[in-house]
Amino acid sequence: MADQLTGQPVAHPPPTPLLEMRSVTKTFPGVAALDRVDFTLRAGEIHALMGENGAGKSTLIKVLTGIHARDGGDILLAGKPVEPHSTIQAQKLGISTVYQEINLIPELSVAENVFLGRQPMKLGAIRWRSIRRGAEAALARLDLSIDVTRPLISYSMAIQQMVAIARALDVSARILILDEPTSSLDENEVTQLFRVMRRLKDGGLGIVFITHFIDQVYDVADRITVLRNGRLVGAYETAELPRIELIAKMIGRSVSDESAAEAHRETEADSTAKQPFVQVRGLGRRGAIAPFDLDIFPGEVVGMAGLLGSGRTEAARLIFGLDRADAGTMRIGGEPAKRTSVRRAIARGFGFLPEDRGRQGLVPDLSLRENIILALQAKRGWLRTLSRARQTEIAERFIKTLNIDTTDTDKPIRLLSGGNQQKAILARWLATEPALLILDEPTRGIDVGAKAEIQRLIARLRRDGMAILFISSELEEVVQSSGRVMVLRDRVKVAELCGEDVNEGRIMHTIAEAHVA
Amino acid sequence: MSKTPVTSSRAPVPRIVWPIIALALVLGFNLLFTHGFCQIEVRDGRLYGSLIDIIDRAGPVMLVSIGMTLVIATAGIDLSVGAVMAIAGAVAAGLVAQPDYSVLSNFDVGGSFVIAAVAALLISAIAGAGNGTLVAICGVQPIVATLILMVAGRGVAQLLTSGQIITFENESFAYLGNGFLLALPVTVSIVLVVFIIVSLLTRKTALGLFVEAVGGNPVASRHAGLRSGAVKIAVYTVCGLLAGLAGLIAAADIKAADANNAGLYIELDAILAVVIGGTALTGGRFSLAGSIIGALLIQALTTTILSRGVPVEYTLVVKGAVVIAVCLLQAERFRSMFLHVVRRRT
Repeated sequence: MADQLTGQPVAHPPPTPLLEMRSVTKTFPGVAALDRVDFTLRAGEIHALMGENGAGKSTLIKVLTGIHARDGGDILLAGKPVEPHSTIQAQKLGISTVYQEINLIPELSVAENVFLGRQPMKLGAIRWRSIRRGAEAALARLDLSIDVTRPLISYSMAIQQMVAIARALDVSARILILDEPTSSLDENEVTQLFRVMRRLKDGGLGIVFITHFIDQVYDVADRITVLRNGRLVGAYETAELPRIELIAKMIGRSVSDESAAEAHRETEADSTAKQPFVQVRGLGRRGAIAPFDLDIFPGEVVGMAGLLGSGRTEAARLIFGLDRADAGTMRIGGEPAKRTSVRRAIARGFGFLPEDRGRQGLVPDLSLRENIILALQAKRGWLRTLSRARQTEIAERFIKTLNIDTTDTDKPIRLLSGGNQQKAILARWLATEPALLILDEPTRGIDVGAKAEIQRLIARLRRDGMAILFISSELEEVVQSSGRVMVLRDRVKVAELCGEDVNEGRIMHTIAEAHVA
Repeated sequence: MSKTPVTSSRAPVPRIVWPIIALALVLGFNLLFTHGFCQIEVRDGRLYGSLIDIIDRAGPVMLVSIGMTLVIATAGIDLSVGAVMAIAGAVAAGLVAQPDYSVLSNFDVGGSFVIAAVAALLISAIAGAGNGTLVAICGVQPIVATLILMVAGRGVAQLLTSGQIITFENESFAYLGNGFLLALPVTVSIVLVVFIIVSLLTRKTALGLFVEAVGGNPVASRHAGLRSGAVKIAVYTVCGLLAGLAGLIAAADIKAADANNAGLYIELDAILAVVIGGTALTGGRFSLAGSIIGALLIQALTTTILSRGVPVEYTLVVKGAVVIAVCLLQAERFRSMFLHVVRRRT
């Protein structure tokens, strides 16, 4: 794929770039979302903005389009400083954005969608004919000729995406920002979109392309800027940056430090346990994760590695029964498990610490005690009620063993810090004495101390014979904790590494390889 | 990590304090200005007086608001309670009185009030379960799901009574509305018993926790293995059952089933009582005692206005003003704004 690019002349750097963001800083209460980030966009280039969750991609875009006011730094448009305070102002400056979820009205016609909110009027009446002509002209710019009087919904997602682009692209537009435009498109539609992007680029437009699909970046982008934890990692010519290095930069590891955690590897328990606790065969769900196999033995930590959107959480949700699989089978403790549901999974000894603590974990108004005993009580049913004394005892036991910092057990959980909330949700599952614990990003958004404690806890639980499925964006963590690692890429399980192969370099190589058999 | 809590150092005032203060104010006003308001007479071993009257009159609203509290705690709402009351009254009265114009005369219960009441309550519970199924299984929005029965239910009640008012002469049935038990009106005893049972069920078993978890964060509840559908169906069923009981009392009160007017607009009073009592319409934490206080406050206001000789037309307006005041007092933001202004003045 790189061949296509090497043939083309790389955009020669003009004297003043189209857009220059210098040392842009944005702080939210307690977090530096952007820390002196530089970003340059040339006219006539497609520039990929890459980074994992929380890297600062969307904050950077929101600062540029005037949604967030920046706390420091300069924005220069064609050399002149600008101060966009709203998306409308940004649009007037020639900065247009198309967001991931298309903000159009499906039942209206294509033409109406293109002109929604700025219909040409004459004597208080909408001038339908000029709307139609205008829409046709706007779409012609994208080399698209369709019947603009038909409702938007009658067209494919790709066409809808292009209508959104046509709507965003004012005649005066100089910069187009595409935020994850391909996440809901199929392969053909992506090709179609890329053709339009290249055409616009040739017309002199600067395009910022946000995606987490590595292949697509190498297909279409001229340059890449990588952010990590709100800081600029660097800006690179696509042709000069091998995939493996891009991934290393995104997750913040260098390719060479392969032996980082070798010392932690112990002889794994899977040789002693003959039977896997969970045996997954061909489990899959269309649009979420391609069918995959996986065995998890008692006393073993299986890691799941892959970039954002690679299907890690989706795979875990299938195993836990949160989503229904449309293919495959599962055996639990050697017995075939029929149609899965969350309640059945929990009854068989599963626990699942979800990725989004606030939305999927906490019941914010309930007390710490109630949040801790919730899953155990749900497992027992309402008739076998845990007495208040027993509840307090359980809560206090976990407050002690997990070192949860709180004044009392009846404090609403929303008043605790992120790390303590996370420990409480962990306690919720430990209270059910699970045989398999699925941990989805257990250390995200919590402080370093709590992080280390959770990692130590994982090791202890494993030694006690629990099976653990451990998902993390931080490769270092995965390597340190796991005896075996399942690697995912673009919603497909591409490899299972064990023993010597469990190291960061090997995992990164596996993620980077274009197609692994 | 420090041990200092994120909120103010002062322990927050429980929300139930505000409706209690409001109720005390209304009663205090009457104590001072309404002659004989607080007199309680004992006649034939029975208690009479304005205060007793308020509790007695508030009976149906209190019953309905107990069920409504649970429904609202799951982030739902039940608009059909008034219609269910009408159905329950019509079924019971029709079965007891057996008028030839009503289809209910086809079912001879031999004038037994017990059978008639059980049938009416069963139908009410089924109606509630239907609401719950629409909400939990079919995913219809609660306000829409129960609006259907709110409209259609009254129609069903009218069909059952053939559009007439069914009057009955049945001592057991009438006792429900006018009788006395241990010196108190029997309605008060029923409310008390229901309140104690529901309180025990929700506070001494895990049901209350399940209701609050499902209302507080349905997604997290699902992840924790809660059967949120079953919880929702259960609360709507209880709400329907209690509305049916309220319908029996309302019918017993006038010894007749009036399909057009029984329980008319009671859903609004019940929702108000729940909100005044400190249960948020967004679901989560609930307070049964708060709702009871709320219902009493509404009835105390109505009684006060009537006994002061204020024209009836003003009732609703005054009610609205008091409700707004209580709700604003409960809103933390308003309280701090209010205090801020007051402090600057002084």
